[in-house]
Amino acid sequence: MLKIENLHVRVAGKEILKGLNLTVKPGEVHAIMGPNGAGKSTLGNVLAGRDGYEITSGTVDFGDKDLLQLEPEERAAEGLFLAFQYPVEIPGVNNTYFLKAALNAQRKYRGEGELDSMQFLKLVREKLRVLHISDELLHRAVNAGFSGGEKKRNEIFQMALLEPRVAILDETDSGLDIDALKMVAEGVNHMRSPDRAFVVITHYQRLLDYIVPDHVHVLAEGRIVESGDRTLAHKLERQGYAWLDERRVPERTTA
Amino acid sequence: MATERNDIENALNRRYEAGFVTDIETEYLPPGLSEDVIRELSAKKHEPQWMTEWRLKAYRHWLTMPVPEWAKLRIGPIDFQAISYYAAPKARPKSLDEVDPKLLETYDKLGVPLHERAKLAGVAVDAVFDSVSVGTTFRKELAEAGVIFCSMSEAIREYPELVQQYLGSVVPIGDNYFAALNCAVFSDGSFVFIPKGVRCPMELSTYFRINAINTGQFERTLIVAEEGSYVSYLEGCTAPQRDENQLHAAVVELVALDDAQIKYSTVQNWYPGDENGVGGIYNFVTKRGDCRGARSKISWTQVETGSAITWKYPSCVLRGDDSTGEFYSVALTHHAQQADTGTKMIHIGRNTKSKIISKGISAGRGQNTYRGLVKVEKSAAGARNYTQCDSLLIGKQCGAHTFPYIEVKHPSAIVEHEATTSKISDDQLFYCRSRGLGEEDAVSMIVDGFCKQVFKELPMEFAVEAKKLLEVSLEGAVG
Repeated sequence: MLKIENLHVRVAGKEILKGLNLTVKPGEVHAIMGPNGAGKSTLGNVLAGRDGYEITSGTVDFGDKDLLQLEPEERAAEGLFLAFQYPVEIPGVNNTYFLKAALNAQRKYRGEGELDSMQFLKLVREKLRVLHISDELLHRAVNAGFSGGEKKRNEIFQMALLEPRVAILDETDSGLDIDALKMVAEGVNHMRSPDRAFVVITHYQRLLDYIVPDHVHVLAEGRIVESGDRTLAHKLERQGYAWLDERRVPERTTA
Repeated sequence: MATERNDIENALNRRYEAGFVTDIETEYLPPGLSEDVIRELSAKKHEPQWMTEWRLKAYRHWLTMPVPEWAKLRIGPIDFQAISYYAAPKARPKSLDEVDPKLLETYDKLGVPLHERAKLAGVAVDAVFDSVSVGTTFRKELAEAGVIFCSMSEAIREYPELVQQYLGSVVPIGDNYFAALNCAVFSDGSFVFIPKGVRCPMELSTYFRINAINTGQFERTLIVAEEGSYVSYLEGCTAPQRDENQLHAAVVELVALDDAQIKYSTVQNWYPGDENGVGGIYNFVTKRGDCRGARSKISWTQVETGSAITWKYPSCVLRGDDSTGEFYSVALTHHAQQADTGTKMIHIGRNTKSKIISKGISAGRGQNTYRGLVKVEKSAAGARNYTQCDSLLIGKQCGAHTFPYIEVKHPSAIVEHEATTSKISDDQLFYCRSRGLGEEDAVSMIVDGFCKQVFKELPMEFAVEAKKLLEVSLEGAVG
């Protein structure tokens, strides 16, 4: 469903991803771990289509689409969701209004009918109940004045509402206390299904106690250097990333 | 990319929907300004002698005044002799039923139907076309409530005592250069009189349309709210798309007596000129409200998206004790548009309150200036002001400027000023797009959020209109 092959990406002239390969099948949960500066967030941003990333080679197939040819909003409508590490504040724009506009824009793209206010509210209530989120977040402006935990909750709520085919969680666990972490995990677990996949980017093993991954990958210096099952995450927790150093390919000098 | 470019260009070309010209037989005064022209104008309007004299006095004063240059605007010299000061459709109907169908069609196209069947529910409209009012709806219903709502020309003939009592009492003849010019040559506008204790049963609205070429429009509006009365008044403006600049110099005076309230809303959408700054309306407006009575309240709300040049400071003179003045503004400049706008709140009475919420949006090479004065006189014990002044920048070539003036002469006054300048960030745009919103929708949503505090002051239909207008005006602002 998501197939990344030999992806090379430069940011401000510096190569960050150096031939990354990753295949995600429906129903799977992949965890991407790795030290700071390995390119974890770059991966999330490139997949979602943020500007400022120069893709020098490689391909990304998303279903039958060439993902890299799509605008960010088209990727979203095709079913790709990025939960931001730092969700953005949009003052004065009501959270519910924002979500309704987003959902209907996606539905329109897919040729589905737009939801009216009643249908949308029904959907919202349903998701809130499942996620144990109070509806207070709905009445506020998008992320404006939200605490760190509230922002992450809001990301999960958006994910639940938009029902993506592939959700990428970019360090959603950073800065969360244990209750918020559980809530995020609960949201993800509730959404797990045979036709939906997750890519969970995280620095720590802790989140993976609650979201149990099918595959764990280590991203270091722009490549996946090790893949395994969930026991790999535990190994990383115990031993850190240093033991993987030998697997890194030394920088090639370019003429 | 080439096709995308074309899409944006197409969007820009069609973006000013009110840019059409109505082909109608028009009677003009030849271009030029002199005492004879003013006498002729006054005669055409069948004005009494006192009115003619008033105009001439203003004209003579105007001749002695220098063109103001303090605003942060770059304006080429205006040749006042090249402008025609009167243009009117030839056929002069007695009632709305006799109005030229072409005119009705024009207003239909602008979304302001005048004929009985389709007229706006709950809004009485006075339609001013070039120099004259072509019709006013709901006259009978308003008359039953004791409300006078008619064109200024008619008021001068039919209610001379009221006009003489109030005209020029808020904005005097020699107030400023453009106001003096307006006093000399004003053509039409609306007159509203709400008698004591009456709550006006519907919204009143004037729709100003410039149609004729090489003419100026000099509207004059006067609203008087007697003790304990209430009125909400809306004003809309459009003009054809032309390469020449056209001059619009208006004066609006509001008078609120004890316990009266006037709510004045404007959606200004004069032709803004093209993306290179060719054409567009020069909009020089003096708007002032006099809270003459105790506990009176005057509230200005404006959404300024049009005009090549906007020079406008709707103000409140808070004379009555416990009176309140409010100013809510959204001003948008795109392409080569320039706006220098804001307000003056003059606190004279005791415990007077004022509130200023100004939102400036600059895109393209637009320059947007907030200029405001909060003045607390010696007599104004307990005066209170709150000012919030926010600027939003879209792109790298535009500018936002803020000039707040504060003069306080009473130690008990509390004056607060807050100002922010922000940019629509790439982060915000990307966030919206990653949720499925297109780029233009994302921008208009962010801008709409920025303007929320002002939009909520507008009457419902106008708020929707204003939002749409902002979207259209911002088309092509990003990307």
